[in-house]
Amino acid sequence: MSTVVSDAQERIRATGGRAPNVFRRGEWVPMKQYPENEAVDFVIVGTGCGGSVLAAQLAEAGHSVVAFDAGAFYRPLEDFASDEREQEKLYWLDERISGGDHPIELGSNNSGKAVGGSTVHFQMVALRFRPEWFTSRTSLGYGHDWPVDWREMWSYYAKAEDAMKIAGPIRYPWGPKRGRYPYREHELSASALVLAKGAEAMGVKWCGTPTASLSAPRGEAHPCVYRGFCKIGCATNAKQSMLVTFVSKALKHGAEIRDLAMVGRIEVGPDGRATGVHYHREGEWRFQKARNVVVSGYSIETPRLLLNSACPAHPDGLANSSGLVGKNLMVHVNDAVWGIMEEEIRWYKGPPSLAVCEHWNYEDEGKDFDGGYAFMSQGPLPTDFATSLVSNEGVFGHELRKWMSHYNHMAGLKMVGETMPQETNRVELSDETDALGLPIPKVSFSYCENDRKMAKHAERFQGEMLRAAGAKSLYHTSSTAHLMGGCRMGDDPASSVVDAAGRSFDIDNLFVCDGSLFPTAGGVNPSMTIVANSLRIADRIIAMARRGDLH
Amino acid sequence: MAPADPAIRTTPFETPYPDYDVLGKWDSVSFNDATRRVVADRLQNVPERRFFDEPTFALLRAVIDVVLPQPERAERDRIPVEAWIDAMLYENRSDGTRYAGAPGKRAAWTAGLAGIEHEAHRRHEKGFRALSADERHFLLACIDAGEADPAAFDGIDAKSFFRGHLLKESVKIYYAHPFAWNEIGFGGPAAPRGYLRLGPDDRDPWEAREAKMPQKIRGLP
Ligand SMILES: Cc1cc2nc3c(=O)[nH]c(=O)nc-3n(C[C@H](O)[C@H](O)[C@H](O)COP(=O)(O)OP(=O)(O)OC[C@H]3O[C@@H](n4cnc5c(N)ncnc54)[C@H](O)[C@@H]3O)c2cc1C
Ligand code: SF4
Repeated sequence: MSTVVSDAQERIRATGGRAPNVFRRGEWVPMKQYPENEAVDFVIVGTGCGGSVLAAQLAEAGHSVVAFDAGAFYRPLEDFASDEREQEKLYWLDERISGGDHPIELGSNNSGKAVGGSTVHFQMVALRFRPEWFTSRTSLGYGHDWPVDWREMWSYYAKAEDAMKIAGPIRYPWGPKRGRYPYREHELSASALVLAKGAEAMGVKWCGTPTASLSAPRGEAHPCVYRGFCKIGCATNAKQSMLVTFVSKALKHGAEIRDLAMVGRIEVGPDGRATGVHYHREGEWRFQKARNVVVSGYSIETPRLLLNSACPAHPDGLANSSGLVGKNLMVHVNDAVWGIMEEEIRWYKGPPSLAVCEHWNYEDEGKDFDGGYAFMSQGPLPTDFATSLVSNEGVFGHELRKWMSHYNHMAGLKMVGETMPQETNRVELSDETDALGLPIPKVSFSYCENDRKMAKHAERFQGEMLRAAGAKSLYHTSSTAHLMGGCRMGDDPASSVVDAAGRSFDIDNLFVCDGSLFPTAGGVNPSMTIVANSLRIADRIIAMARRGDLH
Repeated sequence: MAPADPAIRTTPFETPYPDYDVLGKWDSVSFNDATRRVVADRLQNVPERRFFDEPTFALLRAVIDVVLPQPERAERDRIPVEAWIDAMLYENRSDGTRYAGAPGKRAAWTAGLAGIEHEAHRRHEKGFRALSADERHFLLACIDAGEADPAAFDGIDAKSFFRGHLLKESVKIYYAHPFAWNEIGFGGPAAPRGYLRLGPDDRDPWEAREAKMPQKIRGLP
């Protein structure tokens, strides 16, 4: 496996006053380090869209920051192979239990484990929420309102898009006007043109997907070479993951990153406040003192850590007086329609989802369900495509090999559909433990009636569009993508875990900042919303510190 | 789930890309060092059997030959899917999900393969390996259709094992092999050089040329 390529997973790299330079082979950048027995201003658990953004912004504002990640610190140029099996090293593959009526697939499906978090292998679709979703209860009659005004989020989306140099269209056809994307749109691939053709034929709008992959050089990073391996890690650094953006920025401003460091428990002092974290690194449990602790481990590990940190003062877990830690976990319905085109599509080339249709996010007429969905053109790599084919169709034998030999003629449309928040969809601790002695999380998930109606609607609509584009032999697959929620933010301590600044209502020096804050899922891929929200939270925390309102 | 036209199932597979060899790009800018190391390891270091005993491993191989038959390849060119399944179980590698109420991978594979063997005895009074090619295929199709005897499968769900473990793991291994990339015309490794021509019916000179249309599936064009 991965030891064939490098020892990033075996040996810590961010140590001795230096961390890997992600833009160069074998090179390093200087890294500030902090002693464990002196409290740093912020300990941050996780370095994905939530953790790395906060680390960069807080360090830039002059705070001392140590950010932990259970995963490895890769140099994409030398550590990433063009190979699906090898790149499984980017995923959170520790065993978790998945139950409920519609148990979700974890691991590669929605969970990353690397410095940079799940963005190291995300597909770079960079969309914004529809403004009304921030008040979905008041404006649209379902879910919960966000404790933030959409205009504020809108301004932070623009900052996030600039920080990640999103390549996007000049004019985005849905929603209120937004500024120009910082980088020009990518050329549309054949698979994107299938969506375009189908949408034109049906008379609905479509557009080139705003994408977190460079369409022109940026500093030491080269533009996208359309190699199409984005979902398993970009070996050219065109992808604007957190690893090559905010993690680099955090280091530059004096944050320390600890790789291969799993935080197991948050310690709470006699005054009921967090005092630091217990973490496992290089074979032993260690303790880092902190004035404030931020949990950014995403929708499963964040609740897991809070629940596992239960202590006499907080017997049900930290930040959990509402009883909502781990609850209201959401996913996106990720059902797809596939078909065979006469022409060669060769969808392995380029970012896989270069065209998008948000029609059913912005159109409310003609729906028998709440919420919305977007869908995009597709370009799965061979084993990714084959696993979805066999698990949905059960095809095997010569027929399987024949089916797979249509690979270069295939096209597909896949939805990102908003599921409803439900308390029974949740993360709990099981009574089994992992190799470090930490309780294994148990995830329960069941679709509700509304989720299923949406999936049906999308199956019909996507099928019609694919057929209109000329595809034949259509078939349908079901799956889920992304995680949202589990530690809802809100204004009311009884119905949310943290406030609009990510601050726990129960412990004032404990924060959550990642995808688990989402009150509702929205019908778009989540990362830009997480990055924008984290930039917003960073500004609030910095302002609190200036006011002397922090520990 | 057997297709209407039996010829579609039984006609052997033929690749539309007979003159494509992805490994021909080995020394080109489509391969970087990391990829070369990984692919070389896959080709040269096929893991030895360590988890299953010999008869079970032979049964697994027979099952794999139904799931992904490779009659056109000489033994030394055959993609030995079973070897990596055995290695995964020996190393006890997880893929991050264990479904509630379902056993871990090791237990699932052990019970699943034993179940296939039991089912063969129940239906034909002989072991799976003693069955004809058609009988083997039909037996697996029955398992996929949910028609297996639950008692034979020792507490695991036969169909979930078949799709969720057996088929899924097999294709993950098979289609990660350069010979499989060849047969489907996949571009394969592509770093640092990616692609320039992205449009329909267009390809770069270093991509596979389709010599004939792919064969029909399920009687559909
Ligand atoms: C295959 C795939 C494709 C995707 N494609 C897109 C896309 O195209 N567009 C989009 O917007 N989104 C996409 N996403 C989703 C997106 O990547 C995530 O929503 C986002 O990264 C979540 O950010 P986060 O900060 O909440 O968590 P993550 O980015 O997952 O970061 C969490 C980090 O915390 C670390 N961690 C967790 N617990 C601990 C602990 N106890 N101690 C130490 N470290 C810990 C983990 O190792 C991880 O690195 C995709 C996701 C996947 C899996
Ligand atoms: S297509 Fe572009 S973003 Fe994707 S892996 Fe290749 S270079 Fe990176």
